Amino acid sequence: MAHFTKATSVKDWLNQRLAVEKVEKVMASEYWIPKNINFLWAMGMILAITFALLLVSGIFLLMYYQPDVKDAFYSVNYTIMRDVDFGWLWRNIHGVAASVVFLIIYIHMFTGIYYGSYKKGREMIWISGMLLFVTFSAEAFSGYMLPWGQMSYWAGMVITNIFSLGGLHFDGLVEWIRGDYVPAQAFLTRFFMLHILLLPLAILGLIGLHFAALRIPHVNNQDGEEIDFEAESKKYLAGDKVGSKVMRFGNDFLSKDLMVVGIYLVFFFYLVFFNYGFALDPVNFDPADGLKTPAHIYPEWYFLWSYEILRPFSVNIGLMAFGFAQVIFMLLPWLDRSPNAVPASRRGAFKFWYWLLLIDMIVLTAMGKLPPEGVFSTIGLVAALGFIILWIALPFITMNEKKV
Amino acid sequence: MKNKEPLILVVVVAFTLLTYWLVEPYAHSVMHKHVESQNFAYADLAPVTKTGDAANGKALVMGAGACTGCHAITKDGVAAGMDAVSAAQSYGVNPPDLSNAGAVYDAKFLAELIKNPAHALKVEHKFDAAKGQMHPMVPFFGAGGDMEQEVADMVAYLQSIAVKADELTPKMAFEEACGRCHSMKYENWTQLGTKPEFKFEKESLAYDIQVLEYQEALAKYMGKLPPDLSMYFRSRNEHFLSTFIENPQSQLAGTAMPRTGVTADAAHKVIEHMADAGDTKRAERESVGKMVMIYIVIFAIFALLWKKQVWRDLH
Amino acid sequence: MHNSSRRGFMGKAFGAVAGVGVVGSLVAMKKTWDPLPSVKAAGFTTLDMTIYPEGELITEKWRGKPIFVLKKTAAMIAKQTESQKARDVVVGDSHFMLAIGLCTHLGCIPSYNAAEESFLCACHGGMFNWAGEVTKVPPPRAFDIPPFKIEGTKLVLGEAGPEYTAMKDSGITL
Repeated sequence: MAHFTKATSVKDWLNQRLAVEKVEKVMASEYWIPKNINFLWAMGMILAITFALLLVSGIFLLMYYQPDVKDAFYSVNYTIMRDVDFGWLWRNIHGVAASVVFLIIYIHMFTGIYYGSYKKGREMIWISGMLLFVTFSAEAFSGYMLPWGQMSYWAGMVITNIFSLGGLHFDGLVEWIRGDYVPAQAFLTRFFMLHILLLPLAILGLIGLHFAALRIPHVNNQDGEEIDFEAESKKYLAGDKVGSKVMRFGNDFLSKDLMVVGIYLVFFFYLVFFNYGFALDPVNFDPADGLKTPAHIYPEWYFLWSYEILRPFSVNIGLMAFGFAQVIFMLLPWLDRSPNAVPASRRGAFKFWYWLLLIDMIVLTAMGKLPPEGVFSTIGLVAALGFIILWIALPFITMNEKKV
Repeated sequence: MKNKEPLILVVVVAFTLLTYWLVEPYAHSVMHKHVESQNFAYADLAPVTKTGDAANGKALVMGAGACTGCHAITKDGVAAGMDAVSAAQSYGVNPPDLSNAGAVYDAKFLAELIKNPAHALKVEHKFDAAKGQMHPMVPFFGAGGDMEQEVADMVAYLQSIAVKADELTPKMAFEEACGRCHSMKYENWTQLGTKPEFKFEKESLAYDIQVLEYQEALAKYMGKLPPDLSMYFRSRNEHFLSTFIENPQSQLAGTAMPRTGVTADAAHKVIEHMADAGDTKRAERESVGKMVMIYIVIFAIFALLWKKQVWRDLH
Repeated sequence: MHNSSRRGFMGKAFGAVAGVGVVGSLVAMKKTWDPLPSVKAAGFTTLDMTIYPEGELITEKWRGKPIFVLKKTAAMIAKQTESQKARDVVVGDSHFMLAIGLCTHLGCIPSYNAAEESFLCACHGGMFNWAGEVTKVPPPRAFDIPPFKIEGTKLVLGEAGPEYTAMKDSGITL
């Protein structure tokens, strides 16, 4: 047993028991971050803040939401929106944050791809990040069911039907997922459970893993430079703050993180109060009706690209393409055969691959929302094929890349 | 080292805005047909050229016009001939009390409605006299004099007894123009009126049964039960509602919903009432929004200043 | 090492600004916990006082709580003491015992024994007489009287009329 002495201060008392000073060093003041980074490195903090906003607003919505097919719509649109003081605020924050969190996730992802931050020991960061993307997607989908409007119901119908896996006719599996022949009470209650308990638990665990995966390889930097963190941190602690290539997480980088967060929150709250329509679809303000499909049905914007990969093909091929799109990002660290962990701009053909992928996904996103008619269908098909071809071509493009 | 952050910011913002524009304004403009508003001019209806005489109009409405056979005019002491449920069972929908019709409905529309209901209401696809499909409202064929003058007199009478435009509240406008077909649960409105508070469940259920009976007759008449409008302000947009109220056929060809013929002012009030039901806290959202925006800008400025101070030592 | 001087003035100023935001959001959170307007609006119940039979205890409901209404018999009115008269609610010619039907000890509902004209609380054996006064401990005080307002032959619960205010001022009810 450790030896305890009479504490000289509250801090000392805590130090003897919890090693708070050591923790503070490990987590902040001696957690070293390269200086050569830009504001894109603050997306992680923005995601953490947005997740916190989702959690807090979610707690208040949970206090009044009723997971019952007869009352759910009313509890959201009457009780929360009209009766509860500031209920509308929590709902707007929750809805907008759920949408914006995906924008930031995509920026975070494409930053990682651009700077090669999934290579050289950073594979686990990438994988845990992609797992977070998957759980956030499930979280978003399950949450979308809860207001029990027309879009909730029909999205629930369509997405669960994917699990029949086309020609395989796994209808039993679909009914098992729903707990009924159609999305009904059992479906709503279990997705409610997933949304407020199981998936948030998984997300919290994965966030822990994602942060832990960052400790050993450290944060990447703008030039993919390999930094001797040991030597550079000694330099910093010796007083050469200017000459050192690294800085403390707290308060050096934290101050920049929060500056970016501040600017982000201006944008975020503008959306919450003055432009929330994109995140709270009008069609979902019609109560669920199992006998009438809305004229236009589409997922939320962040699912559109993968939805569009499903749509232009016949059912079985579409499902295979969809499955391909879901797993392929996960395999990126191995599909990229080049040893270079530098910005895409210095990687020859990969540079074009990167921008083509980004543009292709934006085209897929747009076509996923537009009605599948005429020229939109054709563009959608081309973009879906383009997506698959880009990923198949990736190992060949990167195999012969020159070492930089 | 060159600072790349402004360029990166431009790229991120440009791609974000492009994606937003594609999936929101552009996609919605493709999905939804755009209908121009006609500002409730009802250009297809003939203007009322004669100056009406309200006293003569009253005589016609109560007498030769036979309006009061079906319509109540409570303001002038004419009660309804039967209760709302029986009226719906006889005519399909409860004929409106005409007390405030002059304030809610356009004069041209009222004149046309008296002469040719199916045309004024734009439901000729449902009520084609040639095929023997008569509109439940019997047209006025004239009381022997100048028919145009007689119609103008009746319209003048209706306008004379109605409340003034500025006394017409959003709630009244909605109840007059929409409330006999549409319920609005979040405002406690049924097709029979505002549901009273009952002490005993039995009384409450009895009232609900009355509503259901009315709705059954209405659904038979309209083809299906007209929807509850509590959340229509959110599920449709303001422009859609306005042009739909002006001419339902323009947005939904073949719909059983008649043209309501409301004035621009009444339409505006109807939509305001729908906003009160579906977006009740909009004023609070605006004011709280402004305060939060001011705060968050100050927050961002202080974060920026702190960062500047901390980073002064770093390079 | 990390010390507060390095964080400097701007750090403290920024912390203060952030603190204002936290306090502001706490206010919104507090308000979200408040009873809903619909709950508060439902806090009024109107009773028609002409329908009650003499000597029979009727339980009404107000704000989710049981309300005892006992129309006093002529014999009861005749034997009222001064303190019992002070608790008497008079509507028209009728005299009533009106009370929140919860034992003032820990909130159980006492049952009325018409033959003995008394209430017995099953939880801890507290007893009250027909006028609502304690006859056996542990209850610390007589039944509480809900705020009421007399309107003709009707009684509005939840609104404080002059008769109720007088009772409250003289300490007859909490």
